[in-house]
Amino acid sequence: MEQHNHRPDGKEVLLAHGSGGRSMHQLVDGLIVPALANPLLDRMEDQATLEINGLRLGFTTDSFVVDPIFFPGGDIGALAVNGTVNDLAMGGARPLYLSLSFILEEGLALAELERILASIRAAAAISGVQIVTGDTKVVHRGSADKVFINTAGVGLMTDGTRISAAGAQVGDRILLSGSLGDHGMAIMSRREGFEFEAAIESDTAGLWPLVDAMLAAAPGAVHAMRDPTRGGLASCLNEIAQRSGVGMRLQEAAIPVHEPVRGACEMLGLDPLYVANEGKLMAVVQPEHAERVLAAVRTHPLGREAQLVGTVVEDTRHLVVMETAFGGSRIVDLLAGDPLPRIC
Amino acid sequence: MKYMDEFRDPALAQRLVREIRSLVRAPVRIMEICGGHTAVIFKYGIHKMVPPEIEYIHGPGCPVCVSPREKVDLAIQLAWQDDVIFTTFADMIRVPGSRSSLAREQARGADVRMVYSSLDALEIARRNPHRPVVFFAIGFETTAPTNAMAVLLAREQGLTNFSIVSNHVTVPPAIRAILDAPEVRLDAFIAPGHVSLVTGSRIYRFIAEEYGKPVVISGFEPLDLLQATAMVLRQQREGRATVENQYRRAVSEMGNLKAQAAVDTVFETSDMTWRGLGMIPGSGLKVRPAFAAHDAERRFALQPPAPSRDPKACECGDILRGLKAPWDCRVFGTACTPEKPLGACMVSSEGACAAYYHYGRHWPATG
Repeated sequence: MEQHNHRPDGKEVLLAHGSGGRSMHQLVDGLIVPALANPLLDRMEDQATLEINGLRLGFTTDSFVVDPIFFPGGDIGALAVNGTVNDLAMGGARPLYLSLSFILEEGLALAELERILASIRAAAAISGVQIVTGDTKVVHRGSADKVFINTAGVGLMTDGTRISAAGAQVGDRILLSGSLGDHGMAIMSRREGFEFEAAIESDTAGLWPLVDAMLAAAPGAVHAMRDPTRGGLASCLNEIAQRSGVGMRLQEAAIPVHEPVRGACEMLGLDPLYVANEGKLMAVVQPEHAERVLAAVRTHPLGREAQLVGTVVEDTRHLVVMETAFGGSRIVDLLAGDPLPRIC
Repeated sequence: MKYMDEFRDPALAQRLVREIRSLVRAPVRIMEICGGHTAVIFKYGIHKMVPPEIEYIHGPGCPVCVSPREKVDLAIQLAWQDDVIFTTFADMIRVPGSRSSLAREQARGADVRMVYSSLDALEIARRNPHRPVVFFAIGFETTAPTNAMAVLLAREQGLTNFSIVSNHVTVPPAIRAILDAPEVRLDAFIAPGHVSLVTGSRIYRFIAEEYGKPVVISGFEPLDLLQATAMVLRQQREGRATVENQYRRAVSEMGNLKAQAAVDTVFETSDMTWRGLGMIPGSGLKVRPAFAAHDAERRFALQPPAPSRDPKACECGDILRGLKAPWDCRVFGTACTPEKPLGACMVSSEGACAAYYHYGRHWPATG
């Protein structure tokens, strides 16, 4: 697969540059990272690992601009906590402290802000993190859309873990913690222009308890891990395949997708592999420990539907190929852009 | 999923593949007219399940792909008219015009919105009574009835701020143009199920009767396409050329008469330029003068966009006529990719190039 380290095309930023697909890789890898290059940043994980006086800390940040701000199963506040908690957890870091910054559009109802704060407090309590610093800015109407949130997080790296997108090895099994597409389709069902009635709720959740159980079940067996948010499972797998220099083979029949999500995806012509999740993880696990790690994930309510969905293979082209449930096969590629703007 | 999984049963698929194997004698070139079929063939890997003698040739049935570049230029002009809310389908937003795309104009401040149906655009017009709302209609006979309904509803409900641009094209004249071109060699057709739902199966009779080619109307599930392929082969083997209907659960001989009436009320036949095929007489639908108030091209003072040729290297035209496969194009996957498309076949999910690029670009030899 081609590298993305050239400058993005065109003169201006387009929505596609924020989609989680190939265009976003071009913007990040071709413009942002080269401008700021340093050894910690260049590793391009979901979190940086800082070694300070013998202590290994995970450090990460994320911004949230979801529209609508309230949606079935959650709101922008819960997302802002869980998103950053999960970015820490994916590196094997126990989340400890968060910062919280608001950019508020004038005119936002105080009652809505209170609702968001209550949701932030609840999500933080569930994940056992404290919000210890923050900032608030207000901008003119139209300069932001209701509320934007940035969070940053610090966590403590679990001893003995070396989890990295470059860590997948031939023979490893691919674990998925649950069904795909719930968050993206919940948002979609509430967007102006194509509201539809469906029993779909966002899966937003903090994933540290799952990760904790996995790492305890088989220390060192998790080689790579990501939460498939923007760009979905397809983008995570492609990134890991590329960074690790391997290929992936998926079994479509093993990938759980809830019925209402499948129905909505059919209706809108979307592929659940590319739809965002906010409470799922995929892990690349050493084969001899895969069943044990799977069993550990399944003991937790967030991982009850977990499955082993594929295998890491040797492939100089670094392709992700899926055997379809129908009996054929196809490439699962990175998308150029994403048909669902602003979902997290 | 009920009413869905039944059409994706791998055991049934294997039975059909065996049947196809037993029927095929010699190489056969089957054009699937519809871009939706092209996408299904690649998504489920059908082209690799059937014997290598069967070659699917991808027809001009991707509405975004066959819209010439000047249509995008026209759309951009409209999007910048005073206060306009410009609505269209997602794929259209990324298609390059001669200088820009709707996506770039959106980034520069034009109010361009993606909708799933013209009725959603109508709803936007209702919520924004003081702003003109333009719906840029593309598509075949399939989407024309809904868009006709949107115009009829706008008139009925007094939504004077709503207008459409009709870029509708119709299937039969394009197929005739392809069959009349000297260089194309096709043995049979798989005809689009959704178009037929509206028009009925009768519109394809000329292919069988005048050109002697078998036609099978197919649904959009992978089993539908396998069965349609088997039906084509059986006609060939029995020396027949007729219009057969695999998609009986939806398509009738006469089609949906109500939908046809709505289309007929709002639109009239016109000449239309297709990307790759050029001007085809009587292949388009334009808004009738009686509905001029809802015809954006009449409402706004627009410069008629200059005809714009595709970039020299782009071979969308030959690909749309089935003369070339995407990997025969010199810029496929290099200068032309989904994030930087030169031609529309690379933009739309129904475009042959996009389908090859996403699902199979590394297997041209076995494609």
